[in-house]
Amino acid sequence: MSHTEVVDSKTAWGGGTSPFGAGYGKLMMWFFLMSDALSFTGFLAAYGFYRHNFSAIWPSAENVFTHFPFVHGHQPLLYVALMTFILIMSSVTMVLAVEAGHRMDKKKVMVWMFWTIVGGLIFVGSQAWEWYHFIHGTELGAFELGIGTYTLPDGTIEQTQGIIGRWTDESKTILELPWRQTVGDITTPFLQLKGDELSAVLANGHEIHGANLTHNEYGHPLFADFFFFITGFHGTHVFSGVVLNFIIFVNVIMGTYEKRGHYEMVEKVGLYWHFVDLVWVFVFTFFYLV
Amino acid sequence: MEHSDQPYKYAAHHSEEEGKKTRRMIWNMFWVLLVITTVEVSLGLVWKEWSIAWHFVKMTFIVLTIAKAYFIVAYYMHLKHERTSLQNTIIIPYALLALYLLYHVFTEGVFTEHIQHYPF
Repeated sequence: MSHTEVVDSKTAWGGGTSPFGAGYGKLMMWFFLMSDALSFTGFLAAYGFYRHNFSAIWPSAENVFTHFPFVHGHQPLLYVALMTFILIMSSVTMVLAVEAGHRMDKKKVMVWMFWTIVGGLIFVGSQAWEWYHFIHGTELGAFELGIGTYTLPDGTIEQTQGIIGRWTDESKTILELPWRQTVGDITTPFLQLKGDELSAVLANGHEIHGANLTHNEYGHPLFADFFFFITGFHGTHVFSGVVLNFIIFVNVIMGTYEKRGHYEMVEKVGLYWHFVDLVWVFVFTFFYLV
Repeated sequence: MEHSDQPYKYAAHHSEEEGKKTRRMIWNMFWVLLVITTVEVSLGLVWKEWSIAWHFVKMTFIVLTIAKAYFIVAYYMHLKHERTSLQNTIIIPYALLALYLLYHVFTEGVFTEHIQHYPF
């Protein structure tokens, strides 16, 4: 595991050996992961930019992802915290499989690879469940305003198209719009509409439930776009990681690496699997926490 | 995957004794990652109630996330114990391009914020 040999810089680049002290496959895996990390950096940077740009109507994730399977009530963040734990755990089992491979312990490699695959499948399933809830939305829903203008009490004229209004309760008599309102000395971040003013607004617009690429009951549609794109791209990585792990798992059972004399393939898919966990660490922070 | 006549010399092996040490490191790292994640989630749940400044909370999240990323890359992906040439080949291009991206996010972000408040 440890490369303790002394590298002579005069001969290391002279050919006949890898100056990196790593095999071709492992080196290429590192290069691939580096470029893939840049893709994700780009996505998250774009997310951060638009989130800041529309900060007034950007939904807070703790108000969006509030469900826990088989549990009723308001459980913000808990399920996604569990998903994060499962992915970290599967990273631990993966690195244990790599360690067992270094000792040529076929049975242990099999066991740890198996649990890594199980963890990956639970994670992909949890993501599907979360997507389902996000697309399905709440029973109460929200109201999206149509094209037009609205004059605030202080005389400011606001464009209404695409503005998401949320009901204060199930009676649907008061609609909250994300516009700052100043009455006397008191400024409230939301403008509340009721009665005739409300009916005038309701005549122009429509009810929405859940989210898709163009509408989002929780706030700005770009939040939904980024959510589907980034978690979807990450989920695709998890899924292909599970497939790769499964192929290597079958090879381990068949004794391919035992015959080859080393388990470097386990190490390579291990690098990929840790990368999937690494990306999730960032997605978790920037999508769910910040 | 062997194409030359020489035996493959880059695959890592270690003894039972070294394996024990490595496993201890793996489980120590697991506890570190678990504690960081728990701190992050609890901070996300209580910061409003305890009225901790959002700016401080946000910066704590970012610092903890980068710490977590360091532990995963350095220990689980083993980059800390690879040769310096390999470490530099991965870290330097990534850091340069990521910083370049962040530079644009911040400068363009400041610009768009400016035109929202002071339109032409």
